Amino acid sequence: MRSWLRQHRQAVRAALGRFAAPRAASLLNALVIGVTLSLPAGGYMLLANLRAVTQRFTLEPELTVFMRTAAARADADAFGARLKADARVRDFRFIPREAALKELQDSAGLGDVVAALDRNPLPDAFVVRAKDPRPEALEALAASLRAAPSVALVQVDSAWARRLGALLDLGRLAVALLSTLLGAALVAVTFNTIRLQMLTQRDEIELSKLIGATDAFIRRPFFYLGLLQGGAGGLIAFAILRAGLAVLNGGVRELARAYGSDFRLAFLSAGEAGALVAFSAALGWLGAYLSVSKYLHEIEPK
Amino acid sequence: MISFSNVSKRYPGGQEALHGLSFSIQDGELAFLTGHSGAGKSTLLKLIPAIERPTGGSVVVGGQNVAALKRAAVPFLRRNLGLVFQDQKLLYDRSVYDNVMLPLAISGHAPQQAARRARAALDKVGLLGRERASPIQLSGGEQQRLAIARAVVNRPSILIADEPTANLDAESAALILEIFVSFNRIGVTVLIATHDEALVRRYAKRVLRLAAGRLVDDAAPAAT
Repeated sequence: MRSWLRQHRQAVRAALGRFAAPRAASLLNALVIGVTLSLPAGGYMLLANLRAVTQRFTLEPELTVFMRTAAARADADAFGARLKADARVRDFRFIPREAALKELQDSAGLGDVVAALDRNPLPDAFVVRAKDPRPEALEALAASLRAAPSVALVQVDSAWARRLGALLDLGRLAVALLSTLLGAALVAVTFNTIRLQMLTQRDEIELSKLIGATDAFIRRPFFYLGLLQGGAGGLIAFAILRAGLAVLNGGVRELARAYGSDFRLAFLSAGEAGALVAFSAALGWLGAYLSVSKYLHEIEPK
Repeated sequence: MISFSNVSKRYPGGQEALHGLSFSIQDGELAFLTGHSGAGKSTLLKLIPAIERPTGGSVVVGGQNVAALKRAAVPFLRRNLGLVFQDQKLLYDRSVYDNVMLPLAISGHAPQQAARRARAALDKVGLLGRERASPIQLSGGEQQRLAIARAVVNRPSILIADEPTANLDAESAALILEIFVSFNRIGVTVLIATHDEALVRRYAKRVLRLAAGRLVDDAAPAAT
């Protein structure tokens, strides 16, 4: 057991030596792996942020009904009475045009704009909650409300959130595809590095076989080298994302401040970052494993 | 003990390197293997650590038939053999000391014990004090001595050398042979292939002579 641990320690040390050797391209390869991985990981991070944003919006079955600006308050009251009678409506809220204007005035940055208006351009509006949340039912209700003569526009509020949700699902699928493809590229990069490393160390491998090294002994440092290179690539991807996020957040902060928000893009959680590095290391190991399995038997002393 | 019975070796190209060889080398014996180049000396030596496998007959080393040994068992056979190669096969990217340490790392020795053994092996070949040097800085004779130190550091019971004195001046060659003789004196079985008949004649030891893949002479040591 102690001898086994010692041999692993020696293998790790040998792998570290090869990794850091100035002529070895390992660091460069780690950089390639890091850049490659930062693409799907960055995509994942942005999607996670977008999802967090959309979840803040209500997905309730709401409609917003805007009256014609020409319609009198009496028309709005009549429409309200009609809504009360409609069995498909659970409840509704009336927003008089004066209240809407006041709200707009209070919201950031628009006070001056509103002050400059000579008349209120906003219509009376109703926010209507339907009993049946299904999109078809909502659309049917919207259509029948739209038919009222005093109504200018009926908007199904949850529809865009649904569309965005579907779009995010599509984005997630794209990220998964990208991860698979680039993961395969990562395995190929490691496969090739380890193959080249084995060729440079051909003499040493042959000699080791001649003086009684088992295949396991010869394989071990290469496995560790693959693991190390993959893990370093994962750390580099982590650093790239961190730096990229800092740059993006600089811009986001400006934009958010203009809208009176303190919104920031969030970084990967500790678990996700750990998973990124572990995943990269595992792929590096896999590349090394495939490479060593293929080429070790080809190097035999003659 | 090394025992060849009716051993033949035919290479895949159809070239027949050895024909029906039979002989034994007892434990603690020192024997020379001579013959012109191409006579089959190197092929014969390669059969012992299973670098090549015979196409006929059996090669028994320390009670095991090497010809039928499983691939996974080969490393353990080789750990009990000390091999000195014609081209030395030193690793030039590491120090003299690390070259000698390699077999001990492979067999998994504890560091302190390994360090002791490595220094002892270097001492025996007169290279203690050159541990930090690179093999490139050594002379031809010193490189060959380093190869011997690496071969004996695992304390093998059998030492096999292929043309260990090729490309060496007479003085260095004599020193190398003295080292082999000294190992034989402490009980190590030694088999040395060489085409240098003059050198062989200086020692009253058994000589196996190969010609065209056949054993043509097996001369017992003359009385000393």
